[in-house]
Amino acid sequence: MDALQLFLDNFADWDSFVRIWPLLWQGLQLTVLLAVVTLPIAIVVGLAIAVAYSFHHKVVNVLLLIWIDLFRSFPVLVLLILIFYGLPFLGLKLPSFAACVLALTLNNSGYYGEIFRAGIEAVPPGQREAARALGLHPLQIIFLVILPQAIARVLAPLASNSLELVKTTSIAALVALPELLRSARVAQEQTYNPTPLTAAAVIFFVLLWPFARWVAKLERDMLMRQR
Amino acid sequence: MKPLLDNFFNLQILAQYGPSVLQGFWITVAVALLTILFGVGVGLALAIVRAMRIRAADAAITLFVDIFRTLPQLVVIVFIYFGLPYADIQLSPFAATVISLGAVLAAFATEIFWAAIQAVPQGQWDAARSLGLGFFRILFLVILPQAVRIAVPLLTNRAIAITKGTALGTAVSLPELLGRAQSAMAIAANPSPLTLAAALYLLFFVPLVVASRWLEGLGPRSH
Repeated sequence: MDALQLFLDNFADWDSFVRIWPLLWQGLQLTVLLAVVTLPIAIVVGLAIAVAYSFHHKVVNVLLLIWIDLFRSFPVLVLLILIFYGLPFLGLKLPSFAACVLALTLNNSGYYGEIFRAGIEAVPPGQREAARALGLHPLQIIFLVILPQAIARVLAPLASNSLELVKTTSIAALVALPELLRSARVAQEQTYNPTPLTAAAVIFFVLLWPFARWVAKLERDMLMRQR
Repeated sequence: MKPLLDNFFNLQILAQYGPSVLQGFWITVAVALLTILFGVGVGLALAIVRAMRIRAADAAITLFVDIFRTLPQLVVIVFIYFGLPYADIQLSPFAATVISLGAVLAAFATEIFWAAIQAVPQGQWDAARSLGLGFFRILFLVILPQAVRIAVPLLTNRAIAITKGTALGTAVSLPELLGRAQSAMAIAANPSPLTLAAALYLLFFVPLVVASRWLEGLGPRSH
């Protein structure tokens, strides 16, 4: 029991938690804001890449594949550091929030682009041909016929990648954006106590766990269907 | 064009700081390989334990998987490096990074291997049992070879994504590729070392990403 008490005093001290809560609350709001701003932008950019790919223009497609693989290969933190600390040497100084949105968007445009692309390619060509025979406009074909089927096919990786994007917002801590993790580190150094770190981990866990469960279920179902 | 070259491709600066950045590259490679070894090994072991259906072990494994699949990698690294010393566990930046990333990969790998084991049709178990094979022989000789094949595309993608997290080691002052490039950039007041680091990351990860695209084509979907 003594060991447990010692652990609780250190890692889950209620008094320190109450003291640092306002700081964590502000951090949490910034984390949510960053996720809410970045998610739709990254999805739209990825979708645009995949739609452009679906017109099967040879040169364009080579360029799009290079874009996708380039940003899938680039660690997002390296991208963020390059944007935040590198670009000012060219006279372009972005605030940390904008730098994070840009880095996360570029990185995820590769991931979302590849996911949507794979989904579109998996729709049988007969669908496109039938839609064309009905006299639909190419954009109508892609948005009304192909995409709904494509998205249903890649729901699991889409959900999984969106969860990863939200988790990755924590790298903003490394360019001094006071989101949840950064606030917890600041609080920990002020209080000489790891309770803020425990609190941040618990907050992340409580908020993201239902989504993680859902994603795991989607991925399992997808594996089962492939058999 | 001139400021671009002077700032991002400055040969003089590159010659001066290249060797240090390159040393960081080898640390990155070491962390990446150990993370994959540790993560995939532990993940496979835990999936095998799950296949034995021991209730207490199931609960513990599910808790482990849920925690490390849900928490952001950087949160895990920061907690292990800055939090655990309060419990008198002081890990080196290298160990903290490998253990954190390895635990995250292990959580995903457990989930993937376990799903793959379940995806092998029940008939395979029944047929092997009717041939008189015991549980472990069925698992290791009949089920796992098929399950691993199902698991490979998902596992490769996950392993690559998590291995890219080696750069997060810089948050706990691991002198890996990004960390060394950043300090060289600060000293030289020039981002060329960062360009070099970016090029080395691409050199390492582009072949893996291209290979994973190829592996996916071979996956179960093509049957």
